[in-house]
Amino acid sequence: MATDFYNVDSALSEEERAIRDTIRAFVDEKVLPVIGDCYIEGRFPKELVPQMAELGVFGANLPEEYGCAGLNNVAYGLIMQELERGDSGVRSFASVQGALVMYPIFAFGTEEQKRHYLPKMASGEIIGCFGLTEPDYGSNPSGMITRAREQKDGSWVINGAKMWITNGSTARVAIVWAKTGEDKSDKSIRGFIVPTDTPGFTAKDQKGKLSLRASDTSELVLQDVKLPPTALLPKSDGIKSPLMCLTQARYGIAWGAIGAAMACYEEALAYAGNRVMFGRPIAGFQLQQQRLAEMLTELVKAQLLALHLGRLKDDGTFNPQQVSLAKRNNVSAATDIAREARRLLGANGILAEYSSMRHMANLESVYTYEGTHDIHTLILGQAVTGINAFE
Amino acid sequence: MNVVVLVKQIPDPANPYELVDGRLKRGVAQKVMDPGDEYGVEAALRLVDQFGGEVNVISMGPAAAMEAIRRALSMGAHKGVLVTDDALGGADALATARVLAAAIKRSEFDLVIAGVESTDGSTGVVPQMVAELLGVPQSTFAKEIEAKDSSLTIKRQTAAGYDMVECPLPAVITVTAGVNEPRYPTFKGIMQAKSKPVDTVSLGDLGLGGDDAKPTQSVDAVNPAPERGAGEKFEDDGTGAAKVADLLKQLKVI
Repeated sequence: MATDFYNVDSALSEEERAIRDTIRAFVDEKVLPVIGDCYIEGRFPKELVPQMAELGVFGANLPEEYGCAGLNNVAYGLIMQELERGDSGVRSFASVQGALVMYPIFAFGTEEQKRHYLPKMASGEIIGCFGLTEPDYGSNPSGMITRAREQKDGSWVINGAKMWITNGSTARVAIVWAKTGEDKSDKSIRGFIVPTDTPGFTAKDQKGKLSLRASDTSELVLQDVKLPPTALLPKSDGIKSPLMCLTQARYGIAWGAIGAAMACYEEALAYAGNRVMFGRPIAGFQLQQQRLAEMLTELVKAQLLALHLGRLKDDGTFNPQQVSLAKRNNVSAATDIAREARRLLGANGILAEYSSMRHMANLESVYTYEGTHDIHTLILGQAVTGINAFE
Repeated sequence: MNVVVLVKQIPDPANPYELVDGRLKRGVAQKVMDPGDEYGVEAALRLVDQFGGEVNVISMGPAAAMEAIRRALSMGAHKGVLVTDDALGGADALATARVLAAAIKRSEFDLVIAGVESTDGSTGVVPQMVAELLGVPQSTFAKEIEAKDSSLTIKRQTAAGYDMVECPLPAVITVTAGVNEPRYPTFKGIMQAKSKPVDTVSLGDLGLGGDDAKPTQSVDAVNPAPERGAGEKFEDDGTGAAKVADLLKQLKVI
């Protein structure tokens, strides 16, 4: 592949390559032929879910004893990369299912919750969504106003609203984060497994999106939603619990952005070689060569960053600030690469027949979600100076 | 039902190839299991799903051909045999068939499945020779397969349509690309493939000698297919359609 300029393949194991090649073939054969139309129609290709489940995409880095593939984090990252080479919406679906719903059940759930939910989520039988962000609390989730009140019999009643929820309208369960008791601090935040058919729970699709159109995004409203005591994720404890989920998801995004960038770079390179202007391929003009050289350089840097982060994560020595750096850098680089690819394609670059503008528009969401670019800047700023610039 | 699938590792057909002395250069190019073999593996897995038994994957090639066997194992095959021996370099169809037949005979089998022909060599005769050497019936170009306890019926694709062919088991069949849609290996399958048993054997292990591997035919020259010339161009002065129609009639297209 033209995108492996530094022979990163040689740093992958035979299994990691085989997994990457399998998901790559799946994306080429099943995702790419339909994704342009899905994007225009504003439709998530849910018909692909059973096959993604069969491959082992969902919660791929969680243990086999819960019906998952038990892969290492590099293999998991490669899967995210290839899915997003198809579309950020398809990768987002897998990120939410695996890192934001299966992971918290795995990390904060009881053994019974794990045995009940994880195999069914790995097989795609149950789709999940993750409710943390609220209409007025995006970058500052600690300020959330959704509240769960424990009843005398140990059951819970939740009231609140959640916004920008991927898979919200298709999910059978939602992981909802809420403050508990009368405590207004973020220490009281806990997670709940909420079946979406519980009375009082409604999900409404967000209309008019110009980005991530091949993905369902919803608003959740919880009005006097009554839940049994077993709905609580007992090991969830304060804002750090949902932030741990975000670290998992952001790790996958750092890889996913590479996939979108690969798609755009390859498209631009091929187009530059074929498109003739002033009597020769535009690839022969210095301005386009500079574009391609810049795109490739940023792509290679992103690949090496993600791979090393993956190895650190597999060693258990990574920290969330390193994930912030990778998410911030790789998504920003991919956003620039997509924009430059679209420009290189000239007028054709605005068509859905090509992928660059779709990726470019998608990446604006990816740049904004899971910690905006700016928030990751502040996380890094705090990490290196020791001074909190958030408040 | 124990099914043997014959697979071959070939240079990735998606990449350009190189010839050295009339033979395909196998050293550097990225290699894959022949895409035509995936249909055989899938057909075997479906039969074993239906009747029980095991899928045994057999390949002949350099040590690196193990990757083709692993690919089949990651799709769900149970075990494999790789015949590798320096004496086999340059083996032709007959030598290959002798080796494969000897490897197949080492264990009990009900059915041997192969692709119609390899994508690189394209001789299309190895499976038939294997059947002959094993002394079992052969049934080729299967587009559909239906198995019963001790017999097999295939829909045999022909230029004119298809034949229904029935044969007793054990047998050798070849399958066409239309026979099924091969599954993707699952991630779990990929991880398990390395721990499945694969025997690596030499010519001597199969009771064969260097003479059995000697080619019986030689390739004198390899030439690329001639490039297609430019087509005939008709300027449309009002009679273009008639001229095109005449040409198509001459070519017996219409």
